[in-house]
Amino acid sequence: MPPLLFYLFVLITLGFGLNVVIARNPVTSALSLAVSFVGLAALFLSLDAYFIGVLQVLVYAGAVMVLFLFIIMLMDIKSEEAGGRSSMAAIVAGVVVAGILAVQIATVSGKLPFSGKTTQEAALKLDEAGARWEAKGKENLPTISRDLKAGELPDAKLMGETLFSKYVFHLQVVGLLLLVSTVGVVALSKREKEASSQS
Amino acid sequence: MITLNHYLIVSGILFSLGLAGVIARRNILIIYMCLEMMLSAGNLALVAFSRFRITDGLPDYTAQSLVFFTITVAAAEVAVGLAIIVALFRTKQSVDVEAVTKLQG
Repeated sequence: MPPLLFYLFVLITLGFGLNVVIARNPVTSALSLAVSFVGLAALFLSLDAYFIGVLQVLVYAGAVMVLFLFIIMLMDIKSEEAGGRSSMAAIVAGVVVAGILAVQIATVSGKLPFSGKTTQEAALKLDEAGARWEAKGKENLPTISRDLKAGELPDAKLMGETLFSKYVFHLQVVGLLLLVSTVGVVALSKREKEASSQS
Repeated sequence: MITLNHYLIVSGILFSLGLAGVIARRNILIIYMCLEMMLSAGNLALVAFSRFRITDGLPDYTAQSLVFFTITVAAAEVAVGLAIIVALFRTKQSVDVEAVTKLQG
C-alpha cells in the first residue's frame, strides 16, 4: 500500500475514533465508530489480512454497530445526555492516563528488535510456500498450493486450514460461548415481573 | 516507508483514545463503544505482528486465528453487555454510570 493511502486511513481511523470520545450525541458516537472501524479494516487489508478485514466490516461495522444504534434508539437517551456533563477531574485523568500510555507504547515499540522492518523487507515468498504446500502431498488441499503458485495469497483458505486443523477445539469452545451468550441475553431480557414472582 | 513501528503506534494511539473515553465519559453506552475500540486496537497490533513475522514465506496465521477468536468473543460480549445495559435502564431510567451507586460503600 502506498504511504499516502496508509496515512489517509490512519487519519480516518484516529479522527473518527477521537470523535467517538468527544461527541455529545450518542448517535454521532456510534456512527463515528462505524466509520473508524471501516478505516481500521482498510489497515487490515494493507497488512494482507483480507479475511480479517472483511470480518471487521461485517461483524463490527455491520452487526455490532447496528446493535448499538438499535439500543440507543430504543432507549431514546438523547435527553439524558444534555443534563449530565463529565466532571473536570475525570476528563483530566482520562487525558493524562491515556497520554502516558501512548508515550509508553511508542517508546517500547521503537525498541523492538524488528520494528524497523518495512513491508518490502518482510515480503511474502509465495512460490516458496507453494512448493512447501505441494511437498505435503495431495491430501493437503491442492487448491492452496495452486493459488500460491499462481502468485495469489489464498488468505481465507489458509485461515480456514489453520482454524479447522490446529485450532478446531478452540473453535468449538467459541461456538459454545456464542450459544451460552445467546441464552444469557434471552434470560436477561425477560420482563422483571416473571423474575420476581419466581424468586 | 511504512514499518511495523507505524502500525504499532497507530494501535497504541487508538487504544489510548479508547482508554481516555472509558475514564472520562459518563454515558455507559459510550464507555462500551470505547471498549470495542480498545479491542480493535489490540487486533491491529496482532495482525501487524502476524504480517511482519514471516514463517515459510507466509504471514503467521496463528495470530490471525487469535484475532478471529477475539472478534467472536467481542461480539458475544457486546450482546450480553447491551442486555445488561437495557436491564439497568429499565430499573434506573438512566444510562449514567453515576446513577449506579448501590455497591458504593
